[in-house]
Formats: sequence, C-alpha cells, structure tokens
Amino acid sequence: MTISILLKTTISILASLILAPILLGIINRVKAGFAGRVGQPLLQPYYDIFKLLKKGLVYSTTTSWIFRWGTLVSLAVIVCALLIVPCGPFPALISFKGDIFLLVYLMGVVRFITVISALDTGSSFEGMGSSREMFFSALAEPALLLALMGLAKVTDSFSLTSIANTLSATNWFNNGASLALLMGTLFIVLLSENARIPIDDPNTHLELTMIHEVMVLDHSGPDFAVINYISALKLWIFSAIIAPVLFPIHTNNIIADFSVWLSGMVLISIAVGIVESSMARLRLTVIPQFLLGATALAITAIVLTWIG
Amino acid sequence: MKVQLLLILVLLTNLKLLGSSRLGSSIRTVAIQGSLLGLLPLFIELDSLNWRVMTLAIGTVFLKGFVFANLLFRAINVANVNREVQPFAGYVSSLLYGIVALIVSFWLGQILNLGQLSYSPLIIPVSFFGIFSGLFLIVSRRRAISQVLGFLVLENGVFTFGAGIIKMTSLLVEIGILLDVFVAILVMGITVFRISQECDHIDTDKLITLKD
Amino acid sequence: MKFLFTSFGIWSFTILCLIVFGRRERLCSVAGGLGVISGSLFAIASGVTTLLSNSYECFYLNWNYIGDKISFALDPLAAWFVIPVCGLSLLAAIYAIAYDWDNETGYSKSFSWILFILLLASMVLVICAANGVVFLMAWEVMAVSSFFLVIRDSAHSHSSQDAGWIYLIATHLGTVFLVILFLLAQAQTGSFDFMVWEKQGLNIPNRSLLFLLAAIGFGTKAGFVPFHIWLPEAHPAAPSYISAVMSGVMIKTGIYGLIRSIGWFGAPIPHWWGIAVLVIGIVSGVLGVLFAIAQHDLKRLLAYHSVENIGIITIGIGVGLVGLSYDNAGLIFLGFSGAVLHVLNHAVFKGLLFLGAGSVLHSTEEREIDKMGGLLKRMPLTGVAFLIGAMAISGLPPLNGFVSELIIFISGVHSLLSKDVTIGLCGAAVVGGLALIGGLAAACFAKAFGIIFVGEPRSDKCSKAEESSPLMTIPMLVLAMLCLVIGLSGAWLVAGVAPQIVQNISKNTSLDFAGYQSQLSNALMFVGLTGGLLIVLLALFVLIKKALIKNRTVSYGLTWDCGYTRPTARMQYTASSFAQPFLELFKPILRTRHHYHVHMPDNMFPQGANFHTETPDICHTEVYRPVFLKISEILMKFRFLQHGYIQIYILYIALTLILLLIWKIR
Repeated sequence: MTISILLKTTISILASLILAPILLGIINRVKAGFAGRVGQPLLQPYYDIFKLLKKGLVYSTTTSWIFRWGTLVSLAVIVCALLIVPCGPFPALISFKGDIFLLVYLMGVVRFITVISALDTGSSFEGMGSSREMFFSALAEPALLLALMGLAKVTDSFSLTSIANTLSATNWFNNGASLALLMGTLFIVLLSENARIPIDDPNTHLELTMIHEVMVLDHSGPDFAVINYISALKLWIFSAIIAPVLFPIHTNNIIADFSVWLSGMVLISIAVGIVESSMARLRLTVIPQFLLGATALAITAIVLTWIG
Repeated sequence: MKVQLLLILVLLTNLKLLGSSRLGSSIRTVAIQGSLLGLLPLFIELDSLNWRVMTLAIGTVFLKGFVFANLLFRAINVANVNREVQPFAGYVSSLLYGIVALIVSFWLGQILNLGQLSYSPLIIPVSFFGIFSGLFLIVSRRRAISQVLGFLVLENGVFTFGAGIIKMTSLLVEIGILLDVFVAILVMGITVFRISQECDHIDTDKLITLKD
Repeated sequence: MKFLFTSFGIWSFTILCLIVFGRRERLCSVAGGLGVISGSLFAIASGVTTLLSNSYECFYLNWNYIGDKISFALDPLAAWFVIPVCGLSLLAAIYAIAYDWDNETGYSKSFSWILFILLLASMVLVICAANGVVFLMAWEVMAVSSFFLVIRDSAHSHSSQDAGWIYLIATHLGTVFLVILFLLAQAQTGSFDFMVWEKQGLNIPNRSLLFLLAAIGFGTKAGFVPFHIWLPEAHPAAPSYISAVMSGVMIKTGIYGLIRSIGWFGAPIPHWWGIAVLVIGIVSGVLGVLFAIAQHDLKRLLAYHSVENIGIITIGIGVGLVGLSYDNAGLIFLGFSGAVLHVLNHAVFKGLLFLGAGSVLHSTEEREIDKMGGLLKRMPLTGVAFLIGAMAISGLPPLNGFVSELIIFISGVHSLLSKDVTIGLCGAAVVGGLALIGGLAAACFAKAFGIIFVGEPRSDKCSKAEESSPLMTIPMLVLAMLCLVIGLSGAWLVAGVAPQIVQNISKNTSLDFAGYQSQLSNALMFVGLTGGLLIVLLALFVLIKKALIKNRTVSYGLTWDCGYTRPTARMQYTASSFAQPFLELFKPILRTRHHYHVHMPDNMFPQGANFHTETPDICHTEVYRPVFLKISEILMKFRFLQHGYIQIYILYIALTLILLLIWKIR
C-alpha cells in the first residue's frame, strides 16, 4: 500500500464518519417540505448527538453488563463494516473476494447485540420490538444477499470495491432491466433495515410501530448518542451500496468522481424522504409479503442476466 | 431493445397480480398488461409500419386497456366488493409459486430454444409465465372477478406467444380470439352482476350450494 | 497409528478398572474421567500428526474374518474427524465428573463411565475402520451404548423411555440400509475392504441405487430431514454431556460415512446426485431452524439446531458433489472445505451450547425457556460461554461459525458466476437458502439467550440459581475460547489442512486447487484482521467512555414501565411471544396447535387463564406415525399366532425343521 492510497483511504473513512448524520438531516428536511413546514436545521442530528454526549446516564437495575457495553460493541462493529464499503473513487480498506458476506453479517452482529440489550431491560416493549426486528431482518437478509449476488453476476466479481469499480454505463445498456430491479430490491431493503416507512415509523414508538425505535427506549445520555450515530452510519452504508449502481461514472478526476458519488447519496436520501412522505406504513402482517416481493425482484434480475 | 423492456414490464405486472389482494388495483394491472401487449406488435414491426399494424395495436389497446377494465369495474361496483377474501393459497404462497413458475418458465425458454423464429429470447419465458400465473389465479382465488382476471391473464400469455413468434399476417387469428374473449367478458360481467343480485355475494365456493 | 493404539489400550484398561472399582462411586468417576482424558489426548495427537504430515497409514490384523483381514486406516480425512470426536469427549468427561458428582443417576457410576468409554472408542473405530464388517460392528456398538446412555435418567419418565426407543429403532432402520449396501458391494467385489471398493468402483446393480442406500443409511445417523425425528427426542432425554457428545460428534460419523462413500462409486458421478444432496441440505437447514424456533424446551431447541447445521454441512457436500460431477476445481475445493470446517466448528459450538444448557439445568432444575430469566447475573461464566456459543452458531463474525459459512457462501457465488445455468441456479439456491437459515438461526438464539439469561427471573428456582462448579465451567470456557480462536485464525487452518483433505476426497490429482486456496486464505485472513481490529476498536471505545463518564452522574432505577405501578417479572416478553411472528408466517409447515383454558369471571375480578402452544414434528405426525400405525394394524392380524401355549411353539419349531429338511433333501 503506497502512501497516497493510504492517505486517500483515510480521507474517505474520515469523510464517511463525519458526513453520515447529514443524510438523516436531509431526509427530515424533505419530509418537512412535503408537510409544508420549514423543518429542523440540516445539522440537527449533529446537535442531538453532541447534546446527548454531555448528559449523565440512567441505568435500569434489571440490566447487566450487556446493556452497558453493548452499544460500544455495536459501534466498533459498524465502524469495521464501514471499512468494507467503497466511497466513490476511494477503494475500501478491507476488500477481498467475498467481503459482501462479511458486511451483511457484521450488520447482523449489530442487530443481535441491539436485540439482546433490549431484552436485557426486561420490558415487554423492548421484547416486542426485538421479536419483530429479528423477524423482518430474517426475511430481508435473503433479499439483500440475492440482490448483491445479482450485482456480482452483472459485474462478474464479488468484492464490493471491484463491483463499484467495474460498474459502468455499458452495464446499464446491456443489463439495464436487471440493474433497475436490483436497485429496487436494495432500496426496499434499505427502507427495511433503517426503520423507514413503509416498514416502520422512525418518529414514534407506539405499539403499532414498535420495531426499531422501541428497542432503544431505555438507553440514555452518551449511550443514546452512540445509538443515533450507529443508525446514521447504517443509513450511510446502505446508501453507499446503492450509489455506485445509480451513477456508475468513472472519470479519472478524483474530485469529480467523489462529487458525483456524494450527489448519488444525497439523491437516495431525498428519495427516501419522498417515499416516507407519500406512503403510509404497511400493516405488520403485510410486511413479509413486501419483503418476499423484494426477493422475487432480485431473483427475476438474476434470471434475466442469463437471458440478456 | 424496446421489445425486451416491454416484456419485462409484462412480467412485473404478472408478479404484482400474484401478490396483490385488492380487486381494483388488480383490474388496473390487467388493463396495463393488456395495453402493453397491444403495443407489442407495434414495437416488433417498428421499421415496417403500416396502417394494419397501427389499427390493430390501437384496437387491442382500446379493448384490453379500457373496455374490459370498464366492464369489470362496473361489475365490482355493483357487487360491492373491493377485496379478495381468504384465497385458497395465501399471498406468500402465491409469491413463492410465482418465483418457482418464473424459474420454470425461463428453463422452458432455454429448452424450447426457437432461435431465429422469435423476436426476443424473452418471449417464451414471459408467455409461459403469463399462462402459469393465469392458471394459478383461476385455481386459487375465491371471488369470481379474480377468476375472470385469471382468464384474461391466461389469454394475454397466449397472445404474447403468438405475437412474438408469428408474423403480422396471422394476427387475424388473434383478432378472432380477441373477439371471443370480448364476448366472454361481457357475458361473464353480466352473469356476475346477476349472481350477486340473486345471492348477495360472489364467492364461488358458496356457489357450490347451487348443486343441490 | 501408535498413538491410536495407546488410546485404545488406555481405554480398555480404564474399563477394567471401572469393573473392579464397582461400587465406589467417586473413585469410578475420577478413574473414568482420567481414562477418557488421557486416551483422547493420545488420539488427538495421532490425528494432528497425520494431518501435519499428510500421511496415510494402514494397519492390518492377520485375522481372517469372512475372508478378509481386519483393517484400519488413518488418512487426513479420518484424522480431521478424530480430532473433534476426542476433543469434545475429553471436555465432556471433565464436565461429567462434576455433573454426576452429587447426582443420583439411573445406573451406577462405573456402568455409566463404561458406556461413555464404549461410545467414544466405537466412534473412533467407525472413523478409522477400513473394512465393512469392522465398520458395522463399531457402528452397532456406538448405537447401543448411546441408547443406554439416553435412557439412563429416565426411570421416572415415560417420555424419556419412549425417546430412547424411537432412537434405537431409527438408528437400526438406518443401519439396515448400510448393511444392504455393504452386502451388495461385497457381492460385486468379493471383499468388504474399502480400498478394494475404491479401486473397482461400485456400480452393481445400479450406482444410483447404491448412492441412495448410502444417503439414507448415513443420513439417518446424521439427521437429514425426513430421517431426523429421533434427534429431538433422544438428545433432550440424555444427560447433558452425553447430548453434547451425541449432537456434536456422533451425528458427524454419519457425515463421515457419506463423504467416504463418495470415493466408492467411481468417477465421474451423475449431476443429479449433487443437486439432490444440495436440496436435502437446504430443506434440512430450513426445516430444522423453523422447528427450533417453535420449541419451548431448551435442549429440544438445541437438537433441532443440530439438524439445521447438518443441513448446512450437507449444502457444502452438495456443492462439492456438483463440482465433482462437472470437474470444477473451485466448487470441489470450496464446497468440501466449507463442509469439513463446519463439522469442526459445529462440534465446538454445539458442544458448548449443550454443556451450557446442562449447567443451567443443573442449577435451576428447569428445562423450559419460559420459566427462566436473568441467569447472566447469577451464573456469569455460563452466561458468557452461552453467549459466545449463541453468536457462533448464528454465524456472526469474528467467531468460527462465520468462517465456515463464508466458505460455503463463496462456493455459492462461484457457482452463480459460472456460465452453466444449472450450476448457476444451484449457486443462487445456496446463497438464498443459507441466508434464510442464518437469519432464522440468529433470531432463534437471540430469543434463547435473551429470555434465559437476561431480564428478570420468571420463576423462584431461577432467582435462586448459582454458578456451577469450575469443573463444569472450565470446559465451556475452553470451547468458547476455541470459537474465537478458530474464527480469527481460519486462514491458517484452510491453508494448512484443507488441500490435503479435499485431495483425499476427490482423488483427482489433475485438478489445481492452489488458486482457490490462496484466494480463500486471503479472504479469511482479512476476516481475522477485521476481528482483531474490532477488538482493538472496542478497547479504545471502552476507555473513551470510561473517561467520559468519570464525572457524570450515573443513576439507577426501574425499567421504564409506562407508568404501571406494580411491574412483575411475568410481564416480560415470553419466548412464545418472541417466536409468534415466525410461527404465524410459516403456519403451513409448522402447524402449531394452540390450547386455551380460560375461567370465565363471575364477579368483577379476573379469573385464571392458561395458554399453551405445541409444535409436533411434522415428519413424525404426518409421515411416520400413520405408516407405523398402519403397519402395526396389519401385523395385529397375525396376533393369532401368539397365544402362549408352549406346546404349539414347540410345534412351530418342529414344523420349521421338517420343512428345512425337506427343502434341503430335494
């Protein structure tokens, strides 16, 4: 690894770490715009995180060390996951043939630890959220992996960095339908994993929408700041998987490539905001069908690559 | 290329039909499917357009896209139903069947490789998928309207096969079939309306009491 | 080989000592434990040396039995299987000393230990046998000794006795298929020796028929769906360390037999074999984990997870078989490496989980998940070990389950990227199936760990539970460390041993595995590095947080309860509720039965109510029970032959002898 590559990778990692909460801000502004309000400032997620970091902590007597240190384990895991995803023209630090699976299963670790910390509080609200969370992600994981397999089939490589580098406009020309279907599946999985409507409402934690928000009810202070940051990073990672498919442009100018990639990320956030503002949340019993439909789209995309 | 796109859209409408439970949106989806298929001969013969193809395409789109949809919408408004109720196979099973039927259709497409005779390698898979979906809808749904829709999808599947393989002149046969289907839908629409008036419902499994 | 003989010598000597010591319980325990431990150490040493030197040793006893010499062979494949067998038995023996120390068990301690040693020795013999007769005899000893161990604690429980009988019948039915296979092979080649079969290539009467016989025979022991119904009955009934040994290594002898038998049929093999094995693997994996989610009993849940993991191993074998039929080096290497590595990994984490379940059972005398809770605070070591086992079996990095599942995933991707459509479809099925299995397994273990170890205790016995003795916790912690170590060092394992083992299986020296091996080692090295990075980052973040909250207020209170005045432990989410969405979605397969008992209130206060779900095994109730009932109905018609008069029975014997005489004279 030469110094320049090391420098580029460090810059991209730092950029990801710093810019991640902006996506949440963009989504909130879009939703506010649709509702006719001005909405929170774009940097509000940052203000929230810093405010929470300064507070004290309240722990429940039922909880054990899992609850106290679980958030930090999740943070370490998701930072490692971030190192697998390429940021535009900058290759990922951890890149090998099969790193797709490492990424998906590292997200699985985060989910597992969140669920166990939730059950640690001994509250039925958190229990309900944990049950639904594991249920929907068990159905979303095949969709995600099959969609990534579809991308691998289109580009004939199975490392995220090489997929991002190989995707180009000719792929859209040859396998446009497959890529469109794959983007659809990946977008649906993004909505599912990041607790967006139509799967879950990130604003409330009433019984009807008890999935992600309710699992973190008992966290306070710096713990809750870490949790908010983790959800921002998760959204960033999922968007970063879709962005190279959306704008597969490779000029030799690093700044141009990176800006195009960033605009792709912003576009995805705006799309999430639009979807959130124009749809209602689905009934909980309909969500498995929705996710199975996403899986069917991914399988259709893979099957189409054999014909086209 | 445009033919490819059209066929993929037809495939997606079939998937949507398998997974949805609202009769109104299903009727609209079948109408969209019919319109797309009406445009198919147009795109196939794009370089040798003449008035025959144009009238045929416009006629098919009008019939399949608007007339059928209108008849069916009128039927459901009179019978006052807008949702499918407890089908014999749940929606998850329908989607799983759809995935299996998709794979089988593509496999059949590989085996029955017609090569130069077909305009696109997607013709056979999409038509078989349409036939399988139509059959499944007829067999597994309870409401009579859904069965009519299944019949329409079946006919669309056969139409895809014909339009994609044979040259334009034999579309005469298709026109004949289309006329038959039109009459059938008209009759079915009227019958459904009458049944709902007599029995206050259009659940086909309750209709078995008629055998006594 | 010499080490192996030392092991057998030590074990025989220990059995003698146990017979001599007889009634002295404590002495028997210690003697038995020491015997098992020392013998296992020698056997592991022999296995490791064989693997490191890539040697193949064969040993013949000059004893003509049915026309053949008795032979044993130790090659890299066998060595790889011997190591987990002996390793897990070693740790289970240490555990057993403490587990049975104060307990009243059904048998005397000496008999119990004799059976354990017989089980262990027969498993090693099965793996090392190179002759059909030796194999079958050791197979039988394994089945019978484990049967007696399963019904050891069942003096007061009918269901455990039934479980033992189901196990015995199922394993014997499977053995029948193996006996037929071996007899057919001997009829064709004239010998029972495995080497002779490999050289000739069995194909009479029909290769596919022989393959089916092998698949069913070995599959019954391994636990393929639909031959798995004995697993969820026998494993919960046995004492926990025996369940660990049975679930962790005994069912792997079935997998070993299947892999061995691949070499007997000659190359090339038909395509549909690999696809059929792949389908069996995916079905076993998915059905196993679905039934596991529906269970209330902790040990039954773990038994169904064994079915699921055998399914994962079979997926790997299926991919390898598809590779063999298409002569695709990548698929062969990746499929078989993944399967074989998962054999080791499953032995480690399933053994760990069963030992943990035993520890919980020992302290709380409770097996139902819904009556436990909050055990992490009272049994910290067991809790940590179980957590690591749960994360490993869900395939979460950086533990060992992820490494073997990654290899199988990569084999699926390789299949998908190939030009052939059939291989590609197999690859898509592998990835989709394994993804679903992994997600469901993680859900099931989140439920198991979350309800048992955290939260508030849901019964009195649980609130008074105490940590188990060190002899019980140390084996668990060793296995937990092993999970982490294998997870981080997968690259070296693959580089070191995988090529030899795969070479052993495929026997085709023209294929080049080096490229795939280096790619895989590269991938696993990155996985190990990520694990290391994770630990470093975690340490960093912990230090930062501790510095951050040094001067902050940290207060404690009750969990937020929405303003309810009297929260109780019973208000927590239960395991049945956690599993309910899954049971609802997969209702056509699971067919859970709900039982309600509600006492209607007759005044203004609520009366009691009771709710109970039950998920019987679908293969058991829909397939086996009707068939066996039908058979017994038909056989009842012959009841008239059994009427109790001795004279008539002697008449039967006389008639048979006269008939035989007439038949032979003609």
